Amino acid sequence: MPAISTRDLTFTYAGANAPSMESVSLSVEKGEFVILTGPSGCGKTTFCRCLNGLIPNFYSGELRGDIFVDEVNVSEKSTAELSRHIGFVFQNPENQLFSLSVERDVAFGLENLGVPEEEALARVKWAMKSTGIENLRNKAPYELSGGQQQRAAIAGVLAMKPNIIVLDEPTSFLDPKSAEDIIGVIAQLNREYRITTILVEHRLDIVSRYANRVIIMDQGKVVLDGAPSEVYGDKARLIGIGLPKVTTLFQMLRREGFPLYTNPITVEQASGELSKVLQK
Amino acid sequence: MISVNNVSFRYAGTPSNVLTNVNLQIKDGDFVAIMGENGAGKTTLVKMFNGLLQPREGNVCVDGVNTREKSVAQLSRDVGLIFQNPDHQLFAETVSEELSFSLRNFGFDEEVIKRRVTNISTALDLDKYVESSPFILSGGERKRVALAAILVWDPKHIVMDEPTIGQDYLQKDRLRNFIVQLISQGKTVVIVTHDVEFVAECKPRIVLLSKGTIIADNSASKILTNNEIVTRASLVRPQIAELIHQLPISEKPSDIIDAYGARDFLVSRLRGIHPNTKKICG
Repeated sequence: MPAISTRDLTFTYAGANAPSMESVSLSVEKGEFVILTGPSGCGKTTFCRCLNGLIPNFYSGELRGDIFVDEVNVSEKSTAELSRHIGFVFQNPENQLFSLSVERDVAFGLENLGVPEEEALARVKWAMKSTGIENLRNKAPYELSGGQQQRAAIAGVLAMKPNIIVLDEPTSFLDPKSAEDIIGVIAQLNREYRITTILVEHRLDIVSRYANRVIIMDQGKVVLDGAPSEVYGDKARLIGIGLPKVTTLFQMLRREGFPLYTNPITVEQASGELSKVLQK
Repeated sequence: MISVNNVSFRYAGTPSNVLTNVNLQIKDGDFVAIMGENGAGKTTLVKMFNGLLQPREGNVCVDGVNTREKSVAQLSRDVGLIFQNPDHQLFAETVSEELSFSLRNFGFDEEVIKRRVTNISTALDLDKYVESSPFILSGGERKRVALAAILVWDPKHIVMDEPTIGQDYLQKDRLRNFIVQLISQGKTVVIVTHDVEFVAECKPRIVLLSKGTIIADNSASKILTNNEIVTRASLVRPQIAELIHQLPISEKPSDIIDAYGARDFLVSRLRGIHPNTKKICG
């Protein structure tokens, strides 16, 4: 059974004339690291809201199709129950942190679930260690930098031990170094614990190296789906996807007639390929 | 002209300075990106441009007038500041009301208001949303409404705090063209940003802040290729600058930061090695 499976998922927000998402049928296997991207308003946030029942429980409208997450039929569970299976990290960690200490924030969800104290403590400790914030346990969230706050938000989600994490542009408020660090933490959690990861991102330069799959949506539909090097082609460029700059450079050089047949995702791959043609 | 003279600042009740002895001159028509790590003092600095904050020491002058001598409302007529989080700025029930609000306050005629709202909505790809509530729009769209709500009154100096957050590539491209248009009208554009790839494409002058002091002030190609200084401010080199740096070849230019520059350099090198390659049309 896949980690996420949807069939003909269509949603129209109340009051809207047209669906924001139309006939989305997808299957994501356990342990995959998927980037979900597309132009503003393409339906990616709508899709994510369906995964934990925010649609239709909190956003009204007409939802059609089926959706299973972690073998659970989403339409039969509340968003609170679904939080054991799927965790959400938002763009702005300030929206997620509200306790007086980082430790209390990380423990908050567990207390709500009624997890026994001893287990809760162990999970909080593990989540803070996994995200590298053990030394911040007694700090107030407002005393932390943006990167530290986002780590705390991820730790809070991680403590729930979800099998799936959805992150909606988690690095957009962070400086590039902190952004790389956070993506590194997420990739490590994906590798070590096989947490299925859905990352909504525009900054493909930073994140592509970690993903095994990229799904591109446009006008409410899935239009491209595959490995980054397969998906980052002319079609993606024409939709208006901001491809990694090394990928764009290789497209330009191919148009000049040079024998560069791969689509590099990282600087290292691009440098390796270019070195070969520069030495011939 | 925005002139920052020996400015130091700390927030009330906090022990240490957010800005220390900052000096900066921004001439009319300049395009400046203020960059630096989270907490470097970037937003604090630009909040002084329209008097939202006043320095503890030193002064800030806009067009020769000390910001202490004018109210925020007066300064805002000349210095439009677009906040990082659009939700701190938006309040009206429709996009059209949001965009006309300030113009009504400034006493413009309804005819002028209508024309300006139409122009700015078209320029920022918001025309299909004018009768929608800003709060049902996506994050990227709300950000553009916030930008339009300031630009509509045509301030002389425009300051945008993280304008590219939540924007897709096409919208960033549109923003870049729009900035070029503003500069060509003689306006000053200051952006606060972490987006090194956007800056590598726009190539503004960069003022690099770290821990409340200016550690560099130079062209984008000089700063974004200098790994030592970029690392100090928690930035990374743009992918293309990193690629050129990593290529194991001699005599490479040190100022390439975007794909077009890299293409031109590599094409000239590769033509020497692969003389029979032909450009593919279409």
